[in-house]
Amino acid sequence: MTRFVVVGHGMAGSRFVQELRSRDPGRRFEVTVLGAEPEAAYNRVLLSSVLAGSLTPAEIETVPSAWYAAEDVELRTGVEVAAIDRRHRRVLTTAGEHVPYDHLVLATGSRPWVPPIDGLVGDDGELDRDVVVFRTLGDCRAMLNRLSRVRYAIVLGGGLLGLEAARGLAGRGIDVEVVHPADRLMERQLDLDAGRVLARTLRGLGVRVRVNARAVRFTDGWGGGGRGLRLDDGTRLPADLVVVACGVRPSTGLAAAAGLETGRAIVVDDTMTSVTDPAIHAIGECAQYEDQVYGLVAPAWEQAAVLADVLAGGPARYRGSAIVTRLKAADVDLAAMGETDVDEFADDLEVLRFADPARGTYQKVVIRDDRVTGAIMLGGPETVGAVTQLFDRASPAPADRRALIFPGVVDAGAALDPADVPDEHTVCRCNGVTAGRVRAACEAGADTVAEVAATTRATTGCGGCRSDVAALLASRSTVEVPA
Amino acid sequence: MRPIYRGRNVPEAVRKPPVHTVAGMGTTATHCAYCALQCAMTLTADAGGRVTVGPRDFPTNRGGLCQKGWTAADLLGSPERLTTPLLRDDRSRPFREASWDEALDVVADAISATQAAHGRDAVAVLGGGGLTNEKAYQLGKFARVALRTKNIDYNGRYCMSSAAAASNRAFGIDRGLPFPLPDLAETGAVLIAGGNVAETMPPFMQHLTAVLDRGGALIVADPRRTATADRATLHLPVLPGTDLALALGLLHLAVADGHADRAYIHDRTTGFDDAWRTAAQWWPERVERVTGVSVAAQRATVAQLAAGARGRGAVILTARGAEQQSKGTDTVSALINLALALGLPGRPHSGFGCITGQGNGQGGREHGQKADQLPGYRKIDDPAARAHVAGVWGVDPGELPGAGPSAYELLESLGTDGGPRALLVHGTNLAVSSPRGHRVAERLAALDTLVVCDVVMSETAALADVVLPVTQFAEEDGTMTNLEGRVIRRRRAVAPPPGVRTELEVLTELAARLDCVAAFTADPETVFDELRRASAGGVADYAGISWDRVDAEGGVFWPCPSADHPGSPRLFADGFPTADGRARFVAVEHRPPAEDVDAEHPVYLTTGRVLQQYQSGAQTRRVPALAAAAPEPQVEIHPDLAGRNGLADGDQVRVVSRRGDAVGRVRLTTTIRPDTVFMPFHWGGDQAVNRVTNPALDPISRMPEFKVCAVRLERVGTS
Repeated sequence: MTRFVVVGHGMAGSRFVQELRSRDPGRRFEVTVLGAEPEAAYNRVLLSSVLAGSLTPAEIETVPSAWYAAEDVELRTGVEVAAIDRRHRRVLTTAGEHVPYDHLVLATGSRPWVPPIDGLVGDDGELDRDVVVFRTLGDCRAMLNRLSRVRYAIVLGGGLLGLEAARGLAGRGIDVEVVHPADRLMERQLDLDAGRVLARTLRGLGVRVRVNARAVRFTDGWGGGGRGLRLDDGTRLPADLVVVACGVRPSTGLAAAAGLETGRAIVVDDTMTSVTDPAIHAIGECAQYEDQVYGLVAPAWEQAAVLADVLAGGPARYRGSAIVTRLKAADVDLAAMGETDVDEFADDLEVLRFADPARGTYQKVVIRDDRVTGAIMLGGPETVGAVTQLFDRASPAPADRRALIFPGVVDAGAALDPADVPDEHTVCRCNGVTAGRVRAACEAGADTVAEVAATTRATTGCGGCRSDVAALLASRSTVEVPA
Repeated sequence: MRPIYRGRNVPEAVRKPPVHTVAGMGTTATHCAYCALQCAMTLTADAGGRVTVGPRDFPTNRGGLCQKGWTAADLLGSPERLTTPLLRDDRSRPFREASWDEALDVVADAISATQAAHGRDAVAVLGGGGLTNEKAYQLGKFARVALRTKNIDYNGRYCMSSAAAASNRAFGIDRGLPFPLPDLAETGAVLIAGGNVAETMPPFMQHLTAVLDRGGALIVADPRRTATADRATLHLPVLPGTDLALALGLLHLAVADGHADRAYIHDRTTGFDDAWRTAAQWWPERVERVTGVSVAAQRATVAQLAAGARGRGAVILTARGAEQQSKGTDTVSALINLALALGLPGRPHSGFGCITGQGNGQGGREHGQKADQLPGYRKIDDPAARAHVAGVWGVDPGELPGAGPSAYELLESLGTDGGPRALLVHGTNLAVSSPRGHRVAERLAALDTLVVCDVVMSETAALADVVLPVTQFAEEDGTMTNLEGRVIRRRRAVAPPPGVRTELEVLTELAARLDCVAAFTADPETVFDELRRASAGGVADYAGISWDRVDAEGGVFWPCPSADHPGSPRLFADGFPTADGRARFVAVEHRPPAEDVDAEHPVYLTTGRVLQQYQSGAQTRRVPALAAAAPEPQVEIHPDLAGRNGLADGDQVRVVSRRGDAVGRVRLTTTIRPDTVFMPFHWGGDQAVNRVTNPALDPISRMPEFKVCAVRLERVGTS
C-alpha cells in the first residue's frame, strides 16, 4: 500500500486529502496528515468573517473529524515536523517520532512576516503582548479575546489581509488606523487612483488610512499609561493593539534543509512535484511554479486537485492560475485581477476607466487582443461577475466595451411613445397580439381594454400588458381610457 | 407456452363508451390540454361538433388563458387527427389502415411472442406526464400484472424527477407546490431558479404580479433575461450548469449575514451542520467567479428573501433550468437547504416549491408509471407496499416485478442483447424529447415491435409498427393533479371521432387478449376508485377523493386519506412526513457540468420552451395559429457571439455537439449571455435540439443534462 504523508493541515493540505480520497474509492492509499495547529481544519478565508463577528470559529471548520475516521485517514494535529529524511523516506517530528512515506506532500503554507520595528518583538523573541499577527484561527481568537480592552488599534500593512482585519475591527466599534509604507493600499493589485478611492471608502466606514507611513517603534508612555506607535516622521499614534499584516513568507525551512530546490518557495513542476525529489510534492503557498508563488486559496485548491489526480494516476497538469483578488470586507466591493497598473495610452492596450470617487466608485478594465487581461472593480458591483468570468476564461470582450462597466447601457433605449410603437411590435406576448391588431380592433370600434380583449385576446393571459393596451387605446382616442 | 389470442371476443361492457359529461347548455367545464397550470376553461360544442374555448375562473389561472389554451380545441377536428389504427409489416413500407381488432391482435401477438421467446422483461412501456391519473395508473398496472415486466418508466424522468428526488429526501413527500397557488400572490419575496413561467404558463404570472404590485421582490436566476426575468426586481444571469454553486453561496450568505432562522433550524430540521460545512466553502466571492453572479446580487437575493421571511413570507421555486442537469437533484437540495435555513417550509405564504411542467406531471408520477414505484407513491421494493397493491389487484405480491431502469437507460437498452425487444408508448414523443436523439432513433429502429398510442402522427409514431389513435382532452373523462397537488376533473365535451378509442379501452382489450387474470376496465371513474384503494395509506393518498367530491369542491388536494378528510391544501404546518417529523438538510457539493466548453465546442447550449409550443410540439405544431406564430426553432444568440461566428439575424445556423446537430434560425438578442446560445426543443427532424443535448444522467434522479452542453455554431445560409 502506498503511504502518503501530508505535512500541513491548512486550506491546501486538507483539500488535497479530500481530493485524493475522492479519486481513491478502493482505499489503495494509506494517508497520514500531520498538522502543526491544534485545531481541526478550518477555512482561513473566513477568518475575516470571524473577526467581523458574522461567523463563529465552529462555523468555519471545513472537515468534520468524523470524515477522517470514515475515510480511514489518520489525522494528527498539534504535531510539528522537524526534518525530512529523504534517504530513508521518512519525516521526523519534533517529538522525535519517525513517520515513513512513499510520497510526501508539503502543504506547510507560509508564516506572517513581522517587520523589524522596535517593540513589536520582545527580548524573548516572542511578539509583544499587545501585538498580534492575523494568520491563524488562534491569532483570531487571541484578537477577539482582548477586544473588550482595545480602544485604539493600528493595523500595520494595507494589503488584503490588513484591510479585512481593519474593517472587521472597525465594525466592532474600535478606532482603527491602517499604517502602510507604500504609496497606496493594496499596491500589488491597485493603481494609485484606485488606492485613493479605496482609502476614501474605508474612511467612510471608520478606518483611517495612512500611506507612505513607516512605523519605527511601538512604545509605552503615551499619557494615561497607554501605548502607541511612532512613525519615522515623528507622528505618534495611540495603540492598544497592533495587528501585523505585512505579508507572509513561504514556510520552506524543512524543504531547504532537506536539500530541495527552493526559490521564494519550493520549486515544483507541472505535476506539483519537487524538481529535486520525485517523491516529494508541494502545494499551496509553499510551492513555486514557474516563478509564481500564489498566496490565495483558489490556486491552492487547483494545485491540490492536480496533485491528487496525478498521484491517483490521472492526466491532470498544472498550468498556473488566473488570480482574482476579492476584498472580503463589509460594504466594500472590490475585485482586482491581472494587469492593472498600465500605461493607459499604450498602443497595444485598451483601457476603460470610470471614476466617481465621491461615491466610492473606480472601475478600470484593461483589454489586450480583445481579451480582458486586467481589471479593478471598486464600488460598482453589477458587472464584476461578468468581468471576472471574461478574465478567467479569456473570452472575447463585448463589442460594446461600455457593457463591461455599465450594466444594461447597451440595451437601454428611450421608451417609445405609444403612438410611435410600430404595428409589428408584440404587445401581448401570451396571445401574440401586435400593436397593429390592437389598433385594428380600435378602428373596428373597440373602446375599452375589455373590448380589445374580446376581439384580440390581448391581456387575457398573464394580464401584464393591460396598461400597454390601455396606452395604445388612449393614443388613438381623445378620451382617457382607464387601464 | 400460453396460447396466442387472435380476434378474441371482448365483453360488450368493456367497449361501452363512458359518459360522464357535465354539460349544460352545450358547455363543459374542464381544464386545458397542456401544462401543469391546468387553466380552467369552458368548452362549447355547437351542433356541428365544433368546439370553442372560453376562459373560466379558477384559483390557478384566475380567468387567464395563453394562446395555447385559447387554441386547445383546434386540434380536435384537425385533418391531421389519426382516426384509424395503422399497421405495417415492414418499416420500409407505408402504413395501412386496419381494424381495431386486427391491430390489437397484432399487438397482443407481438407481446406474447416476444415474451415467450425472450422473457417478460422483453416488453417495455413508456408512459407520459400528460396522461390522466386513471390512464397513468392503469398503464402501470398493465405493465406489472398483464405484461409482468419491470421495464416501465415515463417521460417525467425528463421533467420532474430531480425535484421529486430532492423533495422526497428533504420532506419525505414530493408535491410540487406545498400550498395553493394563490398563497404565492400573498408572499413578500419569490426566488425562481431556472423557470420562465411568463413563457411556459403565462397566467401563473398574475400571482407574481400581485407580489410585485405590493412592492415585493421577484428574483429570477436564468442564463437568459427571459420574459419572466424581465419582470423581476433582480435577475441573476447564472452561467449554465452552475446553479448549484449559486445555491450554496446563497446559503452561505444566509448564515454569514445573520439571516438564518436558528430556532426553526433547531426545532424543525436535522442535518444543518453538514449542509453548512459544504456551503461554508462557497463564500460569495468564490461563487461569483464560478457563476458570474455578482456578490452584490447574491447578497441582495438573500436579504430580500430574509426580509420576506420576516414579513409576509418568502418562497423559493425551482423549475427545469435548475433541475435538468446531471446534478439537478443536488441543486434542488441546495435550494431546499436555503429555504430551510430561512425557516420557510410550513410557514404561511412561504416555502419551497417546484413548478411542475406537464399537464399531469404531478399525478403521473404518483401512481405507478415510474420504474421504481407502485400507486400512492409507494416504493416497489417495499414488501408492505407490494402486498397492499397486489391485494387491490388480486395477484400474488411475489408475481409483481421489481424496479426497472430509468427512461433514458431503458431507451439505451432497447434492442440490445438482453434488452427489451418490444415497446409500447403512451403519451410521449420520445424521438423528439430524449437527449442524444440519433442514438434514441437507432435504439427504436433495433426493436422488433414498436407500438405507439397518439392523437397525431408524431415523430415517434412515424417510426412505429402499430399506431393506435386515441382520444384528446376534450373527448375523455378523468382526473388530473395540477402543479399544486389539487386533483381536478377533465371532462368530456364531445364524442371522439369514430375509430378513436381511449387508452383505458386499449389497455383493457390488450389485457383481455393477454389472458390477464386481474380486472381491467375502460370506465375511468371505476379505474379512479380502484386507484383510491391502491393509493390508500401511501404517501400520495387519494383514498378520500372521489369524482363527486372533486366536482362539488372544485378540486381536492392530496393527501386525503378518507372521505371525511378535507384534503391537504397546505403541507408541513405541523411537521414533515419523515420518520422523525423533521425536514432534512442534505449536504451537497457543487460539481461542473458533465461537458464543458473547449476549443472545438466553445459555446454553451441551453434548451427550453417558447410560449406557442408545448413539449415535443406534436400537438401544438399542428394547431395553425400556433404554427404560424412559432413556425420553427429560433436560436437565441448574443450579437457579439453571432458576429464572431459570421451570423446575422435570420440566418440558418447549425448547432453542433459531439453527439449531433440541429438547425434553427438565428434570433439576435442581448438578453442572453454572450457565451451561451438557447434553442427550444419543440421540433423534430433536423430541427430537434435533442439530437445535440447530452444524456449525462443525474446519479439519483436519472435526469439527463438537457440544460447545458458544449456546442459550436455553423452558418448554413441566409434567409
